[in-house]
Amino acid sequence: MAEFDDLFKKYEGLIPESLLNDVKDHLPAKVKKSDVQKILEKLHIEYELAKIDAGESVGLIAAESMGEPGTQMTLNTKHAGGVSELQVTIGLPRLIEIFDGRKQLVTPSMEIYLSDKNPSPDKVSRIAAKIKETSLNELVKTIEVNVADATIEVDLDKNLLAKYGIRTQAIAKALQKGLKNVNVKVKEDSLFIKLTKEGEELNKLYALKEEAKKTFVSGIKGIKQVLPVKKGDEYVIMTAGSNLKKVLTFEEVDSYKTKCNDIFETLKVLGLEAARQLIIEEAIKVLEDQGINIDIRHIMLATDIMCATGEVKGITRYGIVGEKSSVLARASFETPIKHIIAASERGEIDKLSSVIENVMINQAIPAGTGLPSLRIKSEGAVKK
Amino acid sequence: MAEVYIDSNFIGKVEEPLLFIEQVKAERRVNNLNSELNVRYDKKSDEIHIELNKGRIRRPLIIVENGESKLTLEHLEKLEKKEITWEDLIKQGVIEYIDASEEENCLVAFYHHELTKAHTHLEIAPFVIFSLATSLVPYANFCLATRAHGGSKGQKQAIGFYSANYPLRIDTDVHLLHYPQAPLVKSLMYDIAHEDEHPAGQNVVVAILSYEGYNMDDAIILNKSSVERGLARSTYFRPYVGEELRYSGGLVDQICIPDKDVKGYKSEKDYRFLNEDGIAYIEAEVHPDDVLIGKTSPPRFLSGMDEYTLGSSHRRESSTTVRHGEKGIIDFVVVTENEEGNKFVQVRVRDQRLPEIGDKFSSRHGQKGVVGMIFPQSDMPFSATGIVPDIIFSPHSIPTRMTISHLIELVGGKVSALNGRYIDGTAFDAEPEEALRQELLSLGFRENGTETLYNGLTGQEFKVKIFIGNQYYLKLKHLVANRMQSRATGPIALLTRQPTEGKAKEGGLRLGEMEKDTFVAHGASLLLKERFDSDKTLIPICENCGMIATDDKFKNRQYCSACGENVVISYVEMSYAFKLLLDELKSMTVFPKISLEDQY
Repeated sequence: MAEFDDLFKKYEGLIPESLLNDVKDHLPAKVKKSDVQKILEKLHIEYELAKIDAGESVGLIAAESMGEPGTQMTLNTKHAGGVSELQVTIGLPRLIEIFDGRKQLVTPSMEIYLSDKNPSPDKVSRIAAKIKETSLNELVKTIEVNVADATIEVDLDKNLLAKYGIRTQAIAKALQKGLKNVNVKVKEDSLFIKLTKEGEELNKLYALKEEAKKTFVSGIKGIKQVLPVKKGDEYVIMTAGSNLKKVLTFEEVDSYKTKCNDIFETLKVLGLEAARQLIIEEAIKVLEDQGINIDIRHIMLATDIMCATGEVKGITRYGIVGEKSSVLARASFETPIKHIIAASERGEIDKLSSVIENVMINQAIPAGTGLPSLRIKSEGAVKK
Repeated sequence: MAEVYIDSNFIGKVEEPLLFIEQVKAERRVNNLNSELNVRYDKKSDEIHIELNKGRIRRPLIIVENGESKLTLEHLEKLEKKEITWEDLIKQGVIEYIDASEEENCLVAFYHHELTKAHTHLEIAPFVIFSLATSLVPYANFCLATRAHGGSKGQKQAIGFYSANYPLRIDTDVHLLHYPQAPLVKSLMYDIAHEDEHPAGQNVVVAILSYEGYNMDDAIILNKSSVERGLARSTYFRPYVGEELRYSGGLVDQICIPDKDVKGYKSEKDYRFLNEDGIAYIEAEVHPDDVLIGKTSPPRFLSGMDEYTLGSSHRRESSTTVRHGEKGIIDFVVVTENEEGNKFVQVRVRDQRLPEIGDKFSSRHGQKGVVGMIFPQSDMPFSATGIVPDIIFSPHSIPTRMTISHLIELVGGKVSALNGRYIDGTAFDAEPEEALRQELLSLGFRENGTETLYNGLTGQEFKVKIFIGNQYYLKLKHLVANRMQSRATGPIALLTRQPTEGKAKEGGLRLGEMEKDTFVAHGASLLLKERFDSDKTLIPICENCGMIATDDKFKNRQYCSACGENVVISYVEMSYAFKLLLDELKSMTVFPKISLEDQY
């Protein structure tokens, strides 16, 4: 196709490269140069027509495109359908959570992919068990207070230990670290916890027992629940609770594909572009779950606005709305008194450059037909 | 040992709770205890609660002992002869009132033949579980509770013959149906409540089919000829009042034909219906803004000068006029004196309301809908015998709502009309559907109520048999004539200079936030501005300080009260509401300034 190179070169910059490559790849074997010229000319016209016109209210159209189907969404958060045992926020509450830029999610969760692409189910559940946040309580057969010796006797469950791949010594270490003023001794599958300070009353011992039960002994903190599922031909470990940073350090985990649904955690661990992508994916997932099909560009626009400052900001009065330059626009959104008082203290100037302000003062809005203005060269004008 | 409470106060303990409550009940039945007392034993908490409080909902039941109803034929005969009354039955321990709590310890038989030894009570009649209005729904046990509920709500909104002395009454906002009929398919409650003396609907021929798309979405089609014969015709009455109020200083309103020099005098034409007494004459055909009661009031503020001015009385015009958008004929006039001893005039205006597109109708089964079209009889479907339906009802209203009672009533109505007898549709005790079908068959009709109908527009036979029969229909009080309103220009609110809101004030229709957004989305910037131009004003702005300046057209002087005369003053167009916002900000010591620059 070398003979058309100069022709294609001419359209570089006029048509995106990917489109030009598409044309190149699909040209039939014998084609006249004039035909290629015609194709490119037509493509250029089509491309120009597909562009959004100047002054089109893209933001509002995006808002309406998401808002209208949003009114049809079920307000039901519970009962995801019983397919998975994990309860994940869905529907409108989740969508609000995403676009509000909430830092504290109702149901944080992760999808952990494995680096071993063909593991045995056994291995998968072993990895899952390793990741899960485990407290002592989950590993014991019995845990009792020996009043005579003033010790707590912990009888560990051998099978569970094997399943979770934890050694007794490791648990003892974790307990030593997790509890204050104690001495932990190991004897086969049993642990003996003794208070270091002599003469402590029994009450303390019982309190210690309860504390010991809750002590974190293995896994990753924050991963409350794990559920290995098969997605296509791949095993994925779904979790309730998330800790992206720690999970990614595991060898068994595919760090390229693993993700969590917490936008701010993703932002911290993987950066802004990853966070942006996550917002788009999560929003689309919610909408598609509800059977709503909207163009991805609307969501991308909203997401780009959220991410434009270099950090993720919600579409709330504290987020991007609070950063509008116009006092009137901010005042018309929420908490007007606060904004007006602040503006009067600082002596803010409102340039009346966006839509709301101009609706308020009843002027043509600078969008659509109200955008273009006339500039003339006044030749006879006096130079100042 | 069960604890005993009276009205939630602990009073003691008893050894044998079941025996105890039986004793209490027995004492109550022989009138040794208050008949309003109710007692309940709760096994779970081992407590006996005796209630004498007010506010408990109680219902009467027939007492049953050893599987035998205490109400005997003897009682019924005596009741019929009026030898005993309801009260006697209670005193004799035949009937007792049970509250919700005591009902927990009872086993109530629905029908007499269901009685066993275990039963403690028997329902007086199965339909008493319904309210009065719900009992009026025929075959109510053949539809969902929600629909029966909707049907009883419809009854309350139906236009009927509300009172026989209506010509002498002054009621606000009432409708009167012109040819009310007792229903063909009725329930026992119609007799108990004497509904045939004040019915609220009409029996009409209803065909269930989709016709030309004018009865989609619950709409119905009316037969124009039926309407002209008086179907669903009603009269609307509205009273207007005028009172001679007394003011301080011995001043008083005067009901009269206002003089021409009265402040706010309308025009001679507006007062043309008034008699010498200042009240419009009976049978006058009045239109919006015509004066019904002419009245003048003393001036609002008395200034010293007024007493010396000659001639003019300075009284204000304060007549009562016909409401905007309404018309009618003066029906009835009352001149009287009210509690304060003031002269008090009431004028009742009547207006005939023919059913029109948009009026709301309902059957007695919660199947309400508005009129979608009124077809001439020639365009309505007809049967071989020449029967033309009065109303065409959409079949799509049936499956999701499952109002089987609606369908049974249609068959029942048909049997009733053909055989000349009323059909009993009392819930649970109605004439069975099967019997109705057989009767219809014996009358020479298809037992399922369908007939061959012909398309009124083309004359062609419908390919399916159409379900057609007689039904009782209610005209509900929501008439378009009372709701319809439009406005081009009209009154504006004083504060914002924007159009008023609401029909009573001849208001505009608001172009709201979301409607505004559609203009923005279309980029129709200048159209949007024009739509919001209702309160636009020109405000002179001082270019020096940015505040509102003064343009004194009388003295031809332009100045800024802050900067003086030597400043440039420009007119700026803005919404008055925004000017108001600026003023309100100033009142809160926020100092908004407008800096101007050339637009182009």
